Amino acid sequence: MPQMPGLIKGLGVTAKTAGRTLFPKRGWKTLIPAPQQGAVTVQYPHEKEAPPDRARGVIALHEENCTACMLCSRSCPDWCIYIEGHKVKAPPRRAGGKARTVNKLDRFDIDYALCMYCGICVEVCPFDALFWSPEYEYSEPRIADLLHDKDRLGEWMETVPDFEDYESGSEQKVRKVPR
Amino acid sequence: MNELLALVYWQETAIKLGVALAVIPTTSLILVYLFLFKMMAFMQSRLGPNDTGPYGSLQLIAEAIKFLQKEDIHPSQADRRVFRMAPVVVLASTFLLYVVLPAGPDAIVENLDTGIFYAMAVSSLSVLGILMAGWASANKYALLGGLRAAGQLIAYELPLILAVMGVVIQAGTLNLQGIVVAQATGEIFGWGAIGHPFILTQFVGLFIFLIAAQAELTQTPFDMPVAETELVGGFHIEYTGFRFLLFFMAEFGTAFAFSALASVMFLGGWWIPGFDVDDNILNILGPGVMLGKILLIAFLIFWVRFTYPRLREDQLQKFAWKFLIPLSLVNIVLTGVFKVVF
Repeated sequence: MPQMPGLIKGLGVTAKTAGRTLFPKRGWKTLIPAPQQGAVTVQYPHEKEAPPDRARGVIALHEENCTACMLCSRSCPDWCIYIEGHKVKAPPRRAGGKARTVNKLDRFDIDYALCMYCGICVEVCPFDALFWSPEYEYSEPRIADLLHDKDRLGEWMETVPDFEDYESGSEQKVRKVPR
Repeated sequence: MNELLALVYWQETAIKLGVALAVIPTTSLILVYLFLFKMMAFMQSRLGPNDTGPYGSLQLIAEAIKFLQKEDIHPSQADRRVFRMAPVVVLASTFLLYVVLPAGPDAIVENLDTGIFYAMAVSSLSVLGILMAGWASANKYALLGGLRAAGQLIAYELPLILAVMGVVIQAGTLNLQGIVVAQATGEIFGWGAIGHPFILTQFVGLFIFLIAAQAELTQTPFDMPVAETELVGGFHIEYTGFRFLLFFMAEFGTAFAFSALASVMFLGGWWIPGFDVDDNILNILGPGVMLGKILLIAFLIFWVRFTYPRLREDQLQKFAWKFLIPLSLVNIVLTGVFKVVF
């Protein structure tokens, strides 16, 4: 029976894990069962997990940077981004210049019931208008409420963490999150 | 019965029936909470249910209420009568097992002369229920699960019975009370302080019995009939709500019954060293001792369950026919020889 040592070792592993979970304390306190400290899991509703900064929790929109170019909407695999806009005259950038035409955003909705968190929209945005935020607590009892409009998406901007520094010696400038 | 409590037959039967009806759901409750919820969680470094009631102990009540609320769904192609009957047949086999389990000198529902034979016979009834469920569900996964269950339970019925044979030879009786008495009055080389629990001479039998019981209960390493990852639940795939609850209760009720059988046959049952075998106090203390021994055996069963991954179907059959059955036959032969020699 060549399998026997492995089988017995397996029983030992599970028993040891159970012991460590139930009696995590050292010394004479070992006898006090304290699974709350022994378990490696996060007891979610009672304590919150801290997701990493780059976690894909929710997509935030910086409305001023958006030009309604539709790149994100067209690249979305689920077609869950809805954009509507209209053109408005804007004052010239320098005195004496020609008046400009800019796109004004009327509607920017992301339907998180459809979103699959691929992040292509964030990658494809050429104007730094979309950012990942690690927030994850936005479930809703009604599925229709998962459609976040541009005000709601704008509120997420506060939770976007700053970009981390690149490794030393990198020529690239660190991107800034518009605040 | 003793003189203190002289009851008419129907009164006695009613009391026994009430106790049995209360005991069976409670046993599965204890096993599921203690082992399936808590011990499994600790073995995986989790906490398990901890919000419902103190230490999550009411979780199973909540789950039962949840099951009762669910819609009773029949598949449109199902054979409705057989489909409805199947969980009842499985649960009936569990209930019938409890008839012969002794918990004290008089604490037994019916003291049958062929107790262990009867227990083995009714425990294999559940195969019928499982096969009925698999066939009547009109679902290919359920049918596969049912067939696997049939093949597995037939293959492991043999080592189970052959493992019991050794104990029967040694005790000289099929009666479960008789087996307990034989262990209580037995002696180890002339020393009778703790009687003679058959685990000392029948450890091979216990080993085979535990493995075969594991397979009979379709617990993991041997859970191909209900394999979630390949058969999405096997024979109970189409069952919802109350009918699923019946299957669930039967599974753990039978686990408890098999642990009880093992503790009666190998660990000395309800007898406590130092007491007379027919001492009336054992009717009160006996069930407690039994519970401790049962939980010990159940711990072994669930420990194995949470440790090992599932076997393949051919490995399972090979293990039964090429290893367990020859081993148990050798065990019987050796037991017989020693019985005659000594």
